[in-house]
Amino acid sequence: MRLFRRPSATPLWRDEFAIDQAEERYVNRRQFAKFLVLISLGMLVGNVWIAIRSVFRREPVFEPHPIAGAAQTPVGGVKLFSYPGEHDPCILVRTAADTFVAYSQKCTHLSCAVLYVPEARRLECPCHEGYFAVEDGSVLQGPPPRPLPRIVLERRGAELVATGVEILPRRGGHVASGSYPGASTERRS
Amino acid sequence: MFGYEFYVDPSRCIGCKACENACAECDTHRGTPMIHVDFIDRKNTIATVPTVCMHCRNPTCAQVCPADAIKMTDDGVVQSSMKPRCVACNNCVLACPFGVPKMMVAAEQMMKCDMCYDRTSAGKRPMCATVCPSQALAYVEPEAIAATRRDRPTDVFFFGRERVTTKVRMMAPAARDAIALDVADYMWEGGA
Repeated sequence: MRLFRRPSATPLWRDEFAIDQAEERYVNRRQFAKFLVLISLGMLVGNVWIAIRSVFRREPVFEPHPIAGAAQTPVGGVKLFSYPGEHDPCILVRTAADTFVAYSQKCTHLSCAVLYVPEARRLECPCHEGYFAVEDGSVLQGPPPRPLPRIVLERRGAELVATGVEILPRRGGHVASGSYPGASTERRS
Repeated sequence: MFGYEFYVDPSRCIGCKACENACAECDTHRGTPMIHVDFIDRKNTIATVPTVCMHCRNPTCAQVCPADAIKMTDDGVVQSSMKPRCVACNNCVLACPFGVPKMMVAAEQMMKCDMCYDRTSAGKRPMCATVCPSQALAYVEPEAIAATRRDRPTDVFFFGRERVTTKVRMMAPAARDAIALDVADYMWEGGA
């Protein structure tokens, strides 16, 4: 069966109600019932597969990674780094003398790089004017559907170490640890 | 399919109506034959002609069906109307150039010769061809016809300017390429 009809002198209704049985494109009741059964079977298999996967789901494991030069960042300044993988750009913001926050730099809307605006104390995505609060990465305005994934920071002696990624759900509040691209999925031993 | 073709030879018909009776044996239309034997010109001759469905390549009956009830199978056999669809409008009965479809008034459905589809689709001969004593109705291989008959089969008919090609072949004099019938001749018979 062709998807598109070629230009033809015969009217469309003649194609749809063909005299030749082989050219009939009718969907009769039995075919429709078969289609329904097959589709619902597919839905069932898919749901069972999702259920099984959720039972055997692996928690992502993040390797701690020191952020070089964090101490040299001025207050209100930023430092770009990559975490957890080499191609996961992140932004570290020194909001106060001893307060650091870090987020994934990819806007949750269409993955543009977000920028820190110290005057407004927010992270701004220049592509579609999506603004995120610098305190918790929540969406202040614009099209982004989710808050920015937050990088968990830990002070180990003189250096600042990134130890994990927290993905906040859509409406904030509850912190869930979800899978993150680039995170290794080895089981924690 | 199976290499057999249906040949009708009116010049061999003896008017015995064995075909009609054999056809009427069928359980799908018990008692009503789908083939009919007609006298051509009763006043002047005893010549008869059997009329089976010619199974047109572009069946007029199906073309005029408003309910999409008449279908042609892959092997070119035009089937009777589908019972759930047929609205008994008689369009096919009026449109068929050969006068084949029959309105079964009691069933409110058109039925016609389907070349004994239950038999021919399984490699058997249609009932009429098995009983015809003079083989005016023959369901044989084309080689057999070429070897045994002087006449030549044709599958092209003209009704006025309308050209009709069929699956069933009519035996025509060897000199003729096609059989031409001018319907208007019969319509104005006896008139001006």
